[in-house]
Amino acid sequence: MGGWFQDNGPLLGLALLDGIASAALIFMVAVGLNLVFGVLRVLNVAHGSLFAIGAYAAASVGVFAASAGLPAWASLPALLLAAILVGLVLGPLVERLLLRRIYDEEPVLQLLVTFALFMILEDAQKLIWGVQPVSFSTPVSLLGTVDVPFGADVIPYNTYQVILLPLVAVATLAGLALFLRRTLTGRVIVAVTTDREAATAMGIDARRVFLLTFTFGAMLAALGGALSAPTTSLVPGIGASTIVLSFAVVATAGLGQIEGAALTALMIGIGRSVAVTFAPELEVVVPYMIMVLVLLVRPQGLFGVVETRRI
Amino acid sequence: MTHALSPSRRQMLAAGFGSVVLPGTLSAQAPAQRPTELRIGVTTFLSGPASVFGVPGRQAAEMLAEEINREGGIGGVPIRLFFVDEAPGIDHLVGEFRRLVQNERVDVMFASISSGSCLACTPLAEELRKVTLLWDCGTQRIFEERRYQYAFRTQANATPEILAPLLYLMKTRPDFRTIAVLNQDYAWGRDSWEIWKTAMDVLKPGTRVVAELFPRFGATDFSAEVTRLLALRPDVILSTSWGGELDTFIRQANERRLFERSTFVLPLAESSLERVGRTLPAGHIVGSRGDHWHQHPRPANPQALQRFVEGFRRRTNAYPIYPAYHMAQAFSALRAAYARALQGGAAWPSDAQLAAAFNGLEFDSPTARMRIREDGQGLEPQLIGTTAHTDRFPFPVLDNMVIFPPELVTTPVGQNSVAWLRTLTPEILARVPDAIRAG
Amino acid sequence: MTLPRMEALLGLLVAALLVLAALSTPWMKFVLTIALAKGIAVLGILLLLRAGQVSFGHALYVAIGAYSVAFLAPSIPDAALLLPAAALVATLAGALIGLFVSRYREIFFGMLNLALSMVFYSMLEKFYHLTKGTDGIRVPPLTAAGMTLDRVTFEWTVFATALVLALAFGAFARAYLLSPMGEALGAIKTRETRLEFMGVSPRRVLLSAYILSAMMAGCAGALVAMTTRHVTPLLSYWTASGELVFIAILGGAGGVLGPFLGAIAYELVRVYAAATVADMWQMILGAVLLLVILFARGGIWGLLSARAGKGAGA
Repeated sequence: MGGWFQDNGPLLGLALLDGIASAALIFMVAVGLNLVFGVLRVLNVAHGSLFAIGAYAAASVGVFAASAGLPAWASLPALLLAAILVGLVLGPLVERLLLRRIYDEEPVLQLLVTFALFMILEDAQKLIWGVQPVSFSTPVSLLGTVDVPFGADVIPYNTYQVILLPLVAVATLAGLALFLRRTLTGRVIVAVTTDREAATAMGIDARRVFLLTFTFGAMLAALGGALSAPTTSLVPGIGASTIVLSFAVVATAGLGQIEGAALTALMIGIGRSVAVTFAPELEVVVPYMIMVLVLLVRPQGLFGVVETRRI
Repeated sequence: MTHALSPSRRQMLAAGFGSVVLPGTLSAQAPAQRPTELRIGVTTFLSGPASVFGVPGRQAAEMLAEEINREGGIGGVPIRLFFVDEAPGIDHLVGEFRRLVQNERVDVMFASISSGSCLACTPLAEELRKVTLLWDCGTQRIFEERRYQYAFRTQANATPEILAPLLYLMKTRPDFRTIAVLNQDYAWGRDSWEIWKTAMDVLKPGTRVVAELFPRFGATDFSAEVTRLLALRPDVILSTSWGGELDTFIRQANERRLFERSTFVLPLAESSLERVGRTLPAGHIVGSRGDHWHQHPRPANPQALQRFVEGFRRRTNAYPIYPAYHMAQAFSALRAAYARALQGGAAWPSDAQLAAAFNGLEFDSPTARMRIREDGQGLEPQLIGTTAHTDRFPFPVLDNMVIFPPELVTTPVGQNSVAWLRTLTPEILARVPDAIRAG
Repeated sequence: MTLPRMEALLGLLVAALLVLAALSTPWMKFVLTIALAKGIAVLGILLLLRAGQVSFGHALYVAIGAYSVAFLAPSIPDAALLLPAAALVATLAGALIGLFVSRYREIFFGMLNLALSMVFYSMLEKFYHLTKGTDGIRVPPLTAAGMTLDRVTFEWTVFATALVLALAFGAFARAYLLSPMGEALGAIKTRETRLEFMGVSPRRVLLSAYILSAMMAGCAGALVAMTTRHVTPLLSYWTASGELVFIAILGGAGGVLGPFLGAIAYELVRVYAAATVADMWQMILGAVLLLVILFARGGIWGLLSARAGKGAGA
């Protein structure tokens, strides 16, 4: 075992770096989904579409900014702006027009409403952005690379992926934790997450909280998309593969648990990159294996709270 | 509710689906009337990641159909296209295939981008006795595992498309010793690597494979793979990936200077050149699944190529990529086959007569004269080149191009590709034509 | 006329209409066979829905059934043997997985099923040398109970088998839901702890429904494989599971006829949408689903039975 580490330690180190970078993106998408689920109790399948639309919008805004002659550094705020816009427009629209009508319905209907929305948005994206891969990598080239020593060699890494993305993820986590614990609105959200009936009985306007949370969740999804846009090529179908991964994160983390989402994202990200290095065949099943293992040991998810059973 | 049983209701049911109920007994051999329109069913990707090929294919088809109809149609009959999306899955696709054949009564099918779709549709076409042109799918298995009477391929297959870049690599960079592969994890990625490895093992034994990476089909990030390739420093990196995945891989490899460490061989990168632009550095090997290149150095008919390229650009604002050329080949073959069947004032061909016309058929692609062999396989030249940057285009162009004649790189009739590749000897390199400099 | 009797009569009427429609064009027969198969799978989902549990991964068992046929067909090329074999494999898989997932409720139940179906999907893609990956496996021409049939007769045989199975499973599911087991299922949804007070193990109740649903989905998968004669991993992708739940709601979860009405409507809308606007069929399906949920929550069956109820009252 010691010999193995001696031989593969440096490789493992590289895999950790890659894992952290990909965990940052997974966290950004999953945390929004988890927040929305925690508060609204609606598993939003269309979260993946919001991610995709955020990504496409960011790329469009970035390309537009570049063609308008704005300096390259402007591309970073442009990403943020695009995500916020997508969240602010689509979030309330979806909540008001669709979700609000089905809060009292069975979970399966709520799930299917968002599934229907997902199907509609999938084709809508194609109508707007076409099918040719769209990309916008200015932020990545802007920030350049950092050289990581590897034996006698060096491995260049994208600063954007290994430094900026994890920083943004940590900032989001810390910001969310502070917001939920220290601000009144945040505490109201936590109250609704923990016990909707009691919170409503105490005079909290649950509808307002739902609208707020959903918009916020939509913004997080779009932000995840916007942040991932510079690292990849956007093609039809990215929403579908994103959402299924986020589902795994939410169920593993425990419902509504943001710290759980962070830990799970880290486990999945690192698990996958370690798999790529040492056992590439296992890479695709890593997220699901982690989920099944965690749920075997902790049926409520990593950070989940055991709910009192209804009598 | 007794009226529900009357035939009028039955007809309404079917007529509601935009078609007429016709007796199901029309046989393929029955003499045919000259139809009022020639119906062509086209299966292609209209959604999902492979729509990067499917939609240009569709755009080319629509452009060509308009062109043909302006000129009076095929054999005086105007053509009409019916598109089907391959993305929802094979079970849906075979249903749609049946609908087009049995309900819309198409005269001919153009089947599939995906090899999986082709493998499912070709036997079905045979059962339904409907002429089917495999217009884009790559799998070499189709005609090697079975003979078909109604299916024909109007382009090459995976074997020449992979053997040609290998020969090009051996000719231009003969002294590579290590190689890594990064392919999409699905049939094309796996099969193309098997073809490459089989041929490489006999043509350049002792080459060490340092990594075989098959990331999930549809992966959006290759950071971990790029890290591994950076650490391994192989002489050559092969990737038969395409679409968004290839774009992402090229971009990440460029950002992290992987192109400086290894020579890339990208047999499908012609379809990504315009999108990735100068992100793809000079000096790497690119193919186009055929001899498809808008700056082809020696097209058989320069005017035809230019008209096709300009027409496509006007319509789509982009240069045509290989599926667009493949679509043009399917149309050209279809025209030639009808012309052959109608020769000497013959009556309108039945399905069987039309199928017979495809055997040994010769037709023009925008760049070459092509032929369909007796086993149904098309013979198509392969153009491979090395990327170069010029001031004329905002994206890399091909230089040092080698145009491989199809006879050199295609598995002979009746042989299995893998078995045939094992019989190759390094002597084949001597028969590779000389490179052509970009003009 | 009472509702149950109406259900039975309506079931026979629908069956008769299906035969007529299948006679009208060969392609319709194909579409309806698929619809019947999916209806059978959705019937299993319906049992679980009665317990308030949504499996977002039942395409797993459809895929297991279909792949069983594809794998076994070269050695036993007979439909009459393959169908029970596929059902058996799916039942065993359902029993094994059911032991694990029946401990979970609601989102965890749904997500675990989803995860397991995605694991299966990934494995089908990954073990290329066994499964031919995304290209899938072609099912060779099959015999039926020893008889070699031509293509059209074989298609009719599969259609008839699907129809008979649909009627049989439908009748069985109705009896099951009316039995004490069915009542217990309903109790899981409303007051699970009460079951325990009564000495009934909710887990066992859910498990038995789960195994039944796996068997039905396995039969459905076998029928799909025999009809399309080509299986691919997409059969177990999460959107395929979503489709099954979609059909359950579209048809209406109130009666056993719902899944079949839903599946027929779904397939027809899908092919019609695909035929008119090939690149926007998803949007059309999504819009239909939204309309059903927002304005006709009982699904097609709900609309029908409401009308029947009114008729009976008048």
